[in-house]
Amino acid sequence: MPPARSTQRIRIHPLGDTALVAELGSRLDTALNTRAIALGAALRKRRDVRQAVAAYASVTVHFDPEQTTHESLGGAIKRLAAKRPKMEIPGRLHRIPVVYDGPDLQDVADATRMPVADVIALHTRPIYRVFLVGFVPGWAYLGPLPEELELPRRATPRVQVPAGSVAIAGRQTGIYPLAVPGGWHLIGRSSVRLFLPDSDPPSLFRAGDRVKFFAAPAR
Amino acid sequence: MTAVLRVVKPGLLTTIQDLGRPGAIAGGVPPGGAMDRLAHRAANLLAGNPAGDATLECTLVGPSLVAERSCVIAIAGGDLSPKVGGRDAPMWTAFTLAEGETLSFAGRRAGARAYLAVAGGFEAGRWLGSRSTYLLARRGGIEGRALAEGDMLERAVDRDVEPGRSLEESLRPDYTRRVLRAMAGPQIRRLDTASRRAFFGEAWTVSTQSDRMGARLEGPELAMSGEDVLTFGLVAGAIQVPRSGQPILLLADHQTAGGYPVVATVVSASMPIAGQLAPGDDVRFELITATQARALRVEQAQRLASLSAP
Repeated sequence: MPPARSTQRIRIHPLGDTALVAELGSRLDTALNTRAIALGAALRKRRDVRQAVAAYASVTVHFDPEQTTHESLGGAIKRLAAKRPKMEIPGRLHRIPVVYDGPDLQDVADATRMPVADVIALHTRPIYRVFLVGFVPGWAYLGPLPEELELPRRATPRVQVPAGSVAIAGRQTGIYPLAVPGGWHLIGRSSVRLFLPDSDPPSLFRAGDRVKFFAAPAR
Repeated sequence: MTAVLRVVKPGLLTTIQDLGRPGAIAGGVPPGGAMDRLAHRAANLLAGNPAGDATLECTLVGPSLVAERSCVIAIAGGDLSPKVGGRDAPMWTAFTLAEGETLSFAGRRAGARAYLAVAGGFEAGRWLGSRSTYLLARRGGIEGRALAEGDMLERAVDRDVEPGRSLEESLRPDYTRRVLRAMAGPQIRRLDTASRRAFFGEAWTVSTQSDRMGARLEGPELAMSGEDVLTFGLVAGAIQVPRSGQPILLLADHQTAGGYPVVATVVSASMPIAGQLAPGDDVRFELITATQARALRVEQAQRLASLSAP
């Protein structure tokens, strides 16, 4: 991509007086995510940046207001983002067993007009990318989910989703690491521990990792 | 390490907090820490500690604590009517709690959270560089949980400190003036003109569904346009508006990423007031610029300058 074009597209929004969001785009897209991760890593090396959190297609930057301003840091970000990112080193591949017996599995099959077996086959087909780690400790946003399984979030979120639930929403999939409220469709469960409190960061998955699900028998 | 205070009654929600773990956010862990960092810092400085030592965050109904040995303590933040042996104890002032004396709290007068510092700082479990209690993941502080009856609180360092240090009354925050200054958020244009006016013009009520993660607000109907946004990294102070139109003000233990539009972000100088909100409180938002936010931040930093001097 020519630098001039990518620079033009970046939008800088203040997020209060000590942070900003640099938006590279608004699509769920591996190339955009790769750029966001690279930009986040480059920004973390700056002295005026306290923390940089890369998301799908943006970087949220926490900065030291004694050292810089939204305008000054925004300009630096546009210059940094114009550089071609280094070739990404492929992330680790995790193979995750899933028991497909979630409470929403039949509803998903009905809504997508396919048999349950096809829902499982579609969900286990791709090698998903970890786009970002966040929301709650251990949670990772995985995608893209096959188009055929794309559904909006549940109209009413659950007050508590059991830890280990495997869920889908939009073009995304993920595993609830802790018991938290949630609005995604629960299609299965996994016994793999995602929240690793004794590791830093305390998460099995890292942004850029790859995840392959396979159907495991219920025990 | 020396045992200094024994928990007789734990109070509604009393947790060990410090300035949190800001570096952990990229790993999906909220920054956490004291909800009102101004009061937390003040309590520490009054007790002769570095501003980042661990304090007790006492919520609405404070604990009852017995001094296992004489110690210098300071209480700052929300006024929960602290008492020693049934008599009023001072706020924003370091004093000696003698061995055997009981510190208790008689009820909420202003704010929602009182910060109790002990000279030498509280000892507690660290997680990702911070002693702050993070209830959801059950980490930090005392086994990642709130205080319980019978807990023994230890002091990290034995330090001799003179009591009597006090923060001038004019420098203490007024927690009854609940106006939060906020800058426009990335998705403010999702609100139509009337909704924008209502958001910044009318009073909001803090819902009972509020905690250290965030405060849900009830008030005028907001008309939002457009879809959810692509999930992005969030900060404490961000005000999300989901499709229900009921805003959520993110606080210390906030989710680190989310896809609801953010219409405004409370600036750092107003976060101490935001951290003192309780269910049923009314609160207003005032739109300000980055330049105004900077001036407020500088002004606030100067409030504690008289305490930091050695």
